Amino acid sequence: MDKRATFPNPWIAGAFIAPQLLLIFIFFYWPTGQALYWSITLEPPFGGGNQFVGLDNFRAVFADPHYWESVVRSLIFAASVTGLSVGFATVLALFADRGLKGHQIYKFLYFLPYAMPAAAVGLSFRFIFTPEAGIFGALNHLYPGLWDPSRIGWQALSEIIMGQGWKMAGYNFIFLLAALQSVPRAIVEAAALDGATILQRMRYIQIPLIMPTIFFLVVINVTDSFVDSFGMIDVTTKGGPSRATELMVYKIFLDGFEAKDYSLAAAQSIILMLMIMVLTIFQFRHMERKVHYG
Amino acid sequence: MLNKFIAPALLAITAAVPVQAVAADKIKFDFWYGNTGAIGDVIAAQCKKFNESQAKYETNCTGQGGYDKAEQNTIAAYRAKQQPTLVQLYDAGTVNFMLSGAVVPAVKFAKDNNIAIDWADYYPAISNFFATSKGELWSFPYNNSTALMYYNKDALAKIGKAAAPANLEELTDDMKLLKAAGYDCAYALDFDPWVNLEQFSYISNVPLASKNNGYDGLDAELTFNKGKAVDFAKLAKSWLDNGYAKVMTAQTGKDKVKAFADGSCQFMYTSVGDHATVTATHADSVHWGVAPLPVFKDSGRVNSAIGGASVWVMAGKSADEYAGAAEFIKYITAYETGVKYIAQNTGYIPVTKSGFKKLSEEGFYKDAKFAGREVALQSLEAAPVTPVSRGQRLGNYTAIRAAWQSEFQAAMLGQKDVQAAYDDAAKAGNDILRRYEQTFKGQKLP
Repeated sequence: MDKRATFPNPWIAGAFIAPQLLLIFIFFYWPTGQALYWSITLEPPFGGGNQFVGLDNFRAVFADPHYWESVVRSLIFAASVTGLSVGFATVLALFADRGLKGHQIYKFLYFLPYAMPAAAVGLSFRFIFTPEAGIFGALNHLYPGLWDPSRIGWQALSEIIMGQGWKMAGYNFIFLLAALQSVPRAIVEAAALDGATILQRMRYIQIPLIMPTIFFLVVINVTDSFVDSFGMIDVTTKGGPSRATELMVYKIFLDGFEAKDYSLAAAQSIILMLMIMVLTIFQFRHMERKVHYG
Repeated sequence: MLNKFIAPALLAITAAVPVQAVAADKIKFDFWYGNTGAIGDVIAAQCKKFNESQAKYETNCTGQGGYDKAEQNTIAAYRAKQQPTLVQLYDAGTVNFMLSGAVVPAVKFAKDNNIAIDWADYYPAISNFFATSKGELWSFPYNNSTALMYYNKDALAKIGKAAAPANLEELTDDMKLLKAAGYDCAYALDFDPWVNLEQFSYISNVPLASKNNGYDGLDAELTFNKGKAVDFAKLAKSWLDNGYAKVMTAQTGKDKVKAFADGSCQFMYTSVGDHATVTATHADSVHWGVAPLPVFKDSGRVNSAIGGASVWVMAGKSADEYAGAAEFIKYITAYETGVKYIAQNTGYIPVTKSGFKKLSEEGFYKDAKFAGREVALQSLEAAPVTPVSRGQRLGNYTAIRAAWQSEFQAAMLGQKDVQAAYDDAAKAGNDILRRYEQTFKGQKLP
């Protein structure tokens, strides 16, 4: 018996997927096409009168030392946020999965950070990390000048890494918890009977079995930290102090909207898009080999 | 069977739909402004007053949440053919709009709509900023200001001084004495380019760029890294190093206006627009005054230049909307409803000489609330405007300001040598200018 599902009417099938295709076209292909056009011409702010300049915009982008600094910063940011949020979420999920008292409440609370808008998170973290009050105020009292994200670059970067990591941990938590719950209980219990401790069970059984989910989350987190970090930066540090938190996506905003140099911003957008594609392909080719499915 | 009920039911429903009242005949047009906060409220109130003062036109005023957002949104709206009729645009956007082909020059608009404006009545420092090389204004000056030095009178009295320092050397000495007297923040420093780079250059008659700050052509090059502007930055750095000055910005927790108003810092440079804020928010123990910005002893002092915004008329709107906009322009350029209203409700200065004269005659500057603002006008008129003290015509100036600001920040925070920072800022700025020149290849500034 032929078990393949086929849809007899191609027109109705087309009608079903048309809305989604239309959305993808309007919100992805059309703007990307426009960005591509702007990146090979010089686009004046008010439009009209594009001049074709070939790859000059890209050359200008690559010649700018600030651009390369922002690339390095973005890579550091992506690696740190992904490590922090996936790691943290894994720990939370492993322990929430154990079904201890109150785990229902924890599940709800741990997801909450993701539901908060980045602007609210950013503002809260700005106040938490302010050097004059709170925990860091006390620290600064003991060691004056120790903590000041408005002056010290790496501290500002840590601030946004922690903010973004905290936020994404909620998202990762739900996926990891669901993955853990699909691990057959029998295996874990058998290990317990064999004398494995809680930590050994987590390390040798549960984590390897949820590797596909972890891999998926790493891909999503890396992409997200390149693209979605704008809100966090704009509310907390605005790219400062002295460009210390100017990630690639924020530089695109500054060059495009503040400086009205649409062509430079478009060129950077195209480069960012290609870079994320390459990173994702790299992850699939090299990391997926180590993931055991099923 | 059901048909018996459906038809009458439908009829009843259609009849029950209320007949739309004939829409009021008011002709509507859009005015987008950039200010937020208290000043934004003042502008919104002015719009409301205009609407109530006559029945033919209605202006739809929308705050855009910031000067740069107002510019971005207007550009985006223009591309979508939904631009507003009038827009309040900041000084840094002047070049973009002049070259855009999307505006109706103010002189032309006034002529076509019979708006009687005495162009010569505007202060030269103001009209020169918004005018073409031929001296024709392309926008209507609206809320303009200049920078002043704010000082704490009690602190100066404590070190035995009655008047504000007259030059930078004296200011530095005063700061030294203040520090010795126990004040740990004699000066609130921030990274604002308008005050620290531009105003200083204007009053010292030092060019920011070649070609008379860009007025003479798009091929201007930045020159602020050679000369007195660097000396001022080095001086500011020495103030920080000696402990006379402290960095006060929103990012460090308290911005300079707050720091001055609550008495933590004794000197600051900021816009006269903040005069109203300090008046309203200063601590009772703080007795303060304003003075013109000082220069180095060996340089003469010319006029300071303006900041703030002007109102531009966008092209491509209907004749009705332009008629309404013309009425609004008449309203905001009139003395009572325009000049006086802005002067009373904000810290901005009257933009016309006759406006200032009338306000003085009415005793405006004797009122304790407003006293001291006339210093701003004196600063604007300190000397006849020179080719490099009238302002600048540099493309993508917002980007140049941002490049300068991150370098200045690095220098002040000790991460870079001051001269190297200024050189890098000039290099980045020149790249921006060259790209801008190429984008508008062949076009000339009007």
